[in-house]
Amino acid sequence: MSSPETKGPGEGPGRGEVILELRALHKNFLMHRGRTVIKAVDGLSFQLRRGEILGLVGESGCGKTTTGKLVMKLIEPTSGSIIVNGDDATRLRGAQAIAYRRRVQMVFQDPYASMNPHFKIRDVLEEPLLIHRIGATKLERTAMISEVMRRVKMVPVEDYMDRHPHMLSGGQRQRIATARTLILRPEIIVADEPVSMIDLSTRAEILHLMKAIQRDMSLSFIYITHDISTARFFTDRIAVMYLGRIVELGSQDEVIDHPIHPYTRALIEAVCEPVSGRVGLMRELPIKGEVPSAASIPAGCRFHPRCPYAKSECWELPEPELEDSGAGHLHACRRWREI
Amino acid sequence: MMMSETKNPGYKQPLLKVRDLRLHYFTSKGEVLALDGVSFDLMAGETLGLVGESGCGKTTMGLALLNMPSPPGRIVSGSITIDGKEIVGMGDRELRREVRWAKVSMVFQGAMNCLTPVYTVRKLMLETWQEHASGKHPDPKAVEELMLRYTRRVGLPDHVLGRYPHELSGGMKQRVVIAMALFLEPRLIIMDEPTTALDVIVQAQILNLIKELRRDLGLSYLFITHDLATEAEVADRIMVMYAGKMAELGTNEQIFGSRGPRHPYTQKLLASTPLLRKKVSELAFIPGSPPDLISPPPACRFEPRCAFAKAKCGRLEPPVVEIESGHQVACWKAMEDSEYELS
Repeated sequence: MSSPETKGPGEGPGRGEVILELRALHKNFLMHRGRTVIKAVDGLSFQLRRGEILGLVGESGCGKTTTGKLVMKLIEPTSGSIIVNGDDATRLRGAQAIAYRRRVQMVFQDPYASMNPHFKIRDVLEEPLLIHRIGATKLERTAMISEVMRRVKMVPVEDYMDRHPHMLSGGQRQRIATARTLILRPEIIVADEPVSMIDLSTRAEILHLMKAIQRDMSLSFIYITHDISTARFFTDRIAVMYLGRIVELGSQDEVIDHPIHPYTRALIEAVCEPVSGRVGLMRELPIKGEVPSAASIPAGCRFHPRCPYAKSECWELPEPELEDSGAGHLHACRRWREI
Repeated sequence: MMMSETKNPGYKQPLLKVRDLRLHYFTSKGEVLALDGVSFDLMAGETLGLVGESGCGKTTMGLALLNMPSPPGRIVSGSITIDGKEIVGMGDRELRREVRWAKVSMVFQGAMNCLTPVYTVRKLMLETWQEHASGKHPDPKAVEELMLRYTRRVGLPDHVLGRYPHELSGGMKQRVVIAMALFLEPRLIIMDEPTTALDVIVQAQILNLIKELRRDLGLSYLFITHDLATEAEVADRIMVMYAGKMAELGTNEQIFGSRGPRHPYTQKLLASTPLLRKKVSELAFIPGSPPDLISPPPACRFEPRCAFAKAKCGRLEPPVVEIESGHQVACWKAMEDSEYELS
């Protein structure tokens, strides 16, 4: 395993080596004794580069959290592969799987539910070390805990070490959750809505901190969110997901300033901004209705029933694959030149 | 305290008057000063936004307006008049018949996920009617008609009345909750985070519905949310609360216009809202966290986190002052700034 702290030349966002690759990943969940198949992730492919923050953006039910769990190996895919350093992570078992999880760590959405309330902060941070058999003595482990707490700015360390999670604010808990992932010196962090439950006034503080740590340690991040506004601030590239698949992928500026796919355009159109003069106005919503069930994904382009531009080709021809419109800006819309 | 009862063009009279309202939670650790002397008016036909972080007293305020504080909370002092009638001190029976749902209803936060799963939408609405409407709509035959009229009004097909909550999508459930708040024809609806649990596109659909209902039915709203961007979209005036007190109250233009808000807390909150259409490299944040309301800071409650705090701010509590027509702020700095501008 290469040290996450080495930072080679040219390893800025978007230029580093590919550290993780998802290839045609599928995850089906069976319901009603197998009579209903929920295709939560349905042919997902993307690459994550070293030192990059990739945003997975989409509405609830689009499969973004399932994707995070697949990358973490918390669940097994139905088909497809997850390539890390040339190995297929989906095939790893036993000790190899545990070693893999050390390299890929997760920050969960709910900082209130993701920590054992009986544990002190010291125990919360020590547990991963014990599981992965890192640090021979208690003293050594305590030194590592102190170091990582300083990194997430929970200082003075002694003040917080013996507190219980309920004695911390939401923002402080999410720092500890971040510290818990960092203590294993991972290469990849999957952050599933890490700030959605934190107050607005401290949300930016946590995002700034995560970004600073990500740069310092040259970490790669998968940032899962429904909030395209924080994605613009936090990510290097954005992948927009719809019903288990990526419909658009590109640098955050490209995707937000020049969206191609009608779904991305609608998502952006629907976002409120704190500016005056909107109260009397109705928002023009180009798309109607809600996301259909992942148990009955429409044939052809999966977005066609809600798309204002859909024509017969959109449902008669097979599903469009991601294509490059230039400069690495990918989209899956057949009619993109006309609309 | 200066109030602006007659200075809001377009709104003739206040539908709701709140004066020096204090609501405390009597916990084993001590008395939590959740609402600590809040005063404001809500005009007929107006949408008043109530914004602040979690724990600032937003939801407590919503519940107080129904005189329904959640235990161990109690209204300690102050006055709430709706349509000229005082509801502080009113008996529970009268509140149920004459106030709750008859005059004021509430869309509770997360209500769409708390609908009784074994009841159909019709049964849910009937239960609401039985609880509240024997005075206002006593005729059981007319109720079915009311239910149909308002389910249609929120954009749902008639057959939804016979459906169970799990058969409906998130957006449809939220429409059901809004119909339940509407169908007994109150004048004021308290909306507590009505769009936060929804996806962005559904959120925009529901916001359009809320605006449309107000336009067509002449409703008034108290619109509670932590999200300033949503307030900018719906609220005529915005009241910002911090730690159980009002920090600032102004028109949509005064808060979101080019001049911007005057209270440092509102300013920071606005600067920490990420903008989609404008790229920023740095987002603002407020160091520290809101105070413990059992023993809050003695003077200005925002002083410990405020970048502009001076000695005076920690010693004397700033009064609520109208610094321009319809714009109230409780901040020494904002007051001095505006005096400076005047001279």
